[in-house]
Amino acid sequence: MISVDAFLATLPVLGAGMGGIFLVMIVIYLVIRALGALFPEKKDQQ
Amino acid sequence: MEALFGNLQNLTLPMVIMWAIGGLLIFLAIRYQMEPALLLPMGFGAILVNLPFSGAVDQVVEGATEHGIIDVLFNATIQNELLPLLLFIGIGAMIDFGPLLSNPKMLLFGAAAQFGIFFTLSLASLFTPMFQSMGYDFGIQDAACIGIIGAADGPTSIFVANYFDTPFKGAIFVAAYSYMALVPIIQPPVIRAITTRKERMIRMKYNPRGVSRTTKILFPIIITVIAGLLAPRSVALVGFLMFGNLIRECGVLGSLSETAQNALANLVTLLLGITISTKMQADQFLSGATILIMGLGLVAFVFDTVGGVFFAKFLNLFLKEKINPMIGATGISAFPMSARVIHRMGLKEDPQNFLLMHAVGSNVSGQIASVIAGGLILSLIAR
Repeated sequence: MISVDAFLATLPVLGAGMGGIFLVMIVIYLVIRALGALFPEKKDQQ
Repeated sequence: MEALFGNLQNLTLPMVIMWAIGGLLIFLAIRYQMEPALLLPMGFGAILVNLPFSGAVDQVVEGATEHGIIDVLFNATIQNELLPLLLFIGIGAMIDFGPLLSNPKMLLFGAAAQFGIFFTLSLASLFTPMFQSMGYDFGIQDAACIGIIGAADGPTSIFVANYFDTPFKGAIFVAAYSYMALVPIIQPPVIRAITTRKERMIRMKYNPRGVSRTTKILFPIIITVIAGLLAPRSVALVGFLMFGNLIRECGVLGSLSETAQNALANLVTLLLGITISTKMQADQFLSGATILIMGLGLVAFVFDTVGGVFFAKFLNLFLKEKINPMIGATGISAFPMSARVIHRMGLKEDPQNFLLMHAVGSNVSGQIASVIAGGLILSLIAR
């Protein structure tokens, strides 16, 4: 009632999915740091 | 008399069972206030659609189809993803990304806590022969729709389930919304099982960076572009979420922001719950597959928590200033419940340990990560 082959076939999707999410979130992290450097709060208030 | 009572003969036991399930959802919504905005309409809708020859759903009478309003609404607003996307505008308008923007490393926990989605996708595939023995043409697309329950995000679950047109929509929708409401019950025992008391007592300093208004305005625009370039099928989800946030943060659309957060969100929620109940008709919902999917949905939430916590523990191997592993669990998209749960757990272990702002930052990042995960699934798996 189970298929190990079907399970193993999805492991690349698991890897690509988790890798993809981390990649996107790291890019977003870098963007936030860049925004913080380009538009710091103090300058904005002035 | 036949005209009045003839329809009683068409009442079946599965219909009565669905009435009981609908009643249970209504009870949970009212008595325990579990996601009442959704569980109550779903529960009432489950009763509506399970009356014999119910006029609320499509019926074939003497060869002709009589259209029911719930199916009309489903085809007009759910099948084309309209309602979930409109709801995302409202959700985006409600979110304050400030705690995340001031502490952006919390983004990583949002990513880690989506592990349950992909793990459950694989686990569901393991049961392919079981689903096939029940008469379903089960493929990786259906496994993905089951896995997306772990996104802990109703609109994303609806979006993905509709995209792949899985026959398991009813079970998926009920599982997604029910487990979101059960986060305060699901997460604590899982966290206690995989952490030590010493770990749960780790204190974290909160030194937020200031966030300028310009940053808050540019953030939703840039995120939409990034998500669109890297995961193009997520553009609708991410875009509408960020559009709502931009309305909030721009500072010049107060009435639109207010409308999005209140009137729009409430109106859509009102229709969403009762409309998706069309997938809770007894012949579609009551099956071994539903029980299996409810079980797999629970696994998704559990492994979201496990993924986030273990990622935090992994980072602690390299960090001098340790992270409280419970923060990893808040990367799940169930906002703000998960943040509140972890904050309370932290206070219970140490009344001076205030984890809320870290938890909120991570929880908010989960909102973004769950939508990205949905988009990646749509990109990685063909229809």
